[in-house]
Amino acid sequence: MTHPAQHIDIDWAACQGHGLCAELLPDHITLDEWGYPLVEGTPVPARTAKRARRAAEDCPVLALKLAMR
Amino acid sequence: MTATFPDLYMSPRLLAPGGTPADLATHQQRYGPLAYGDPDGVLRAVAESGLTGRGGAAFAVYRKLVAVADAGRRTGRAPVVVANGAEGEPASHKDKTLLRLSPHLVLDGLQIAAQAVGADEAHLAVEDGASYLEAALARRSDPLRVNVVRVPKRFLSGQSSALAQYISGAAALPAHQDPPVRERGVRRAPTLVQNVETLAHVALVARYGADWFRTAGTPAQPGSALCTVHVPGREVRVVEAPFGMPLGRILPIEATTSAVLLGGYHGTWIPSPEAAQLPLDATTMGAGVLAALPTTHCGLTETARVLRYLALQSAGQCGPCLNGLPRMAAAFQSLAVPGPQGTTRTDIARWAGLVEGRGACHHPDGTTRLVRSALTTFASELDAHARGLCTATDRTPLLPVPQES
Repeated sequence: MTHPAQHIDIDWAACQGHGLCAELLPDHITLDEWGYPLVEGTPVPARTAKRARRAAEDCPVLALKLAMR
Repeated sequence: MTATFPDLYMSPRLLAPGGTPADLATHQQRYGPLAYGDPDGVLRAVAESGLTGRGGAAFAVYRKLVAVADAGRRTGRAPVVVANGAEGEPASHKDKTLLRLSPHLVLDGLQIAAQAVGADEAHLAVEDGASYLEAALARRSDPLRVNVVRVPKRFLSGQSSALAQYISGAAALPAHQDPPVRERGVRRAPTLVQNVETLAHVALVARYGADWFRTAGTPAQPGSALCTVHVPGREVRVVEAPFGMPLGRILPIEATTSAVLLGGYHGTWIPSPEAAQLPLDATTMGAGVLAALPTTHCGLTETARVLRYLALQSAGQCGPCLNGLPRMAAAFQSLAVPGPQGTTRTDIARWAGLVEGRGACHHPDGTTRLVRSALTTFASELDAHARGLCTATDRTPLLPVPQES
């Protein structure tokens, strides 16, 4: 039995491509040619969880969500 | 006006025979009385029927009903039910036709579904014919009052979160769906959004049971579906066909047919020899649009016209869709004109990858599906265009695209 892991989920209707998330989580998020986040589909490892929470809190439009699945 | 020939393919279940709208008396005479009062029995019958949604996603109706009913119990909020007749797809006429010919069958299904999930509020969302439906409603003595909602004529108005937003008083735009509409929809209440054809099938399953329903279709995909059939030079028709029937029996696929568009503007182009053998399948038919492309017409030009429309219909909320769809549409338009193609094909393939799965709704995914199928199905025509040739002889626009200038 595996525990549900944290995944990065983007609210696409809210995201305006500020790009902060890619600076805070460069191993998980890069930006596409229009400046919108490309998210690595793998779960966020425990050691990154704190920075991921920070990225979610710092997104100017709160478009980055951490979802358990 | 859309012609209906329901008897060509099976004994019609949904559409009133003869193309004449069925008033309440005719409806009651044809289908018999509808008994309320056994929501558990209805849920069981729907589960056993295997009925899936007819709005395009083919989701199991029973599972949606149960999810909404559970969310209602869990949150202590009575659910809302929305009959979705907002048929934003320009090539689809089946919901409008059903609502015109058999309004009472849809309204029966709406009442049954509302009772099955314990709803205390019901809406019927349509683009056209609202007063006609209000008049039909006034003749009935339903347990639950139904509010007819007129939605804006846009491709995405019928998207379930857009509908829930609109009925809540906001703009009819898709929203980020977490939690989903079935848990938090109209004014944050658990909301059942169900296509009008689906509700018509529910009304029949409630009357005649699952075994009757399963006498049409295949064991894996029981039942029948309404299809809008486009054949060049003929009136657009709405037909009812059982799942499993080869597409070649639903529309003529001849030597002069180069491809078939299956599933409408979020669907796929399929080369005609392959299409003729394909069975009608809930997972590929979308909302049931079938269009034959004759060899006289250019599939690339037709796709470019549709893509331009789809790009304009983007709600413009999600970055990848806002940026990617107009670029794909413009690039496809350049492919539709014979001449050097440069990196256009690889650009389109890259943009398709960038928009797919990156939106609040499935508009980018559906558009990508159409683009990719066009690149594959019309590959030889693409090569001809690259050499400066187009094999088409007729430039008359074929597929219906509104507000084209």
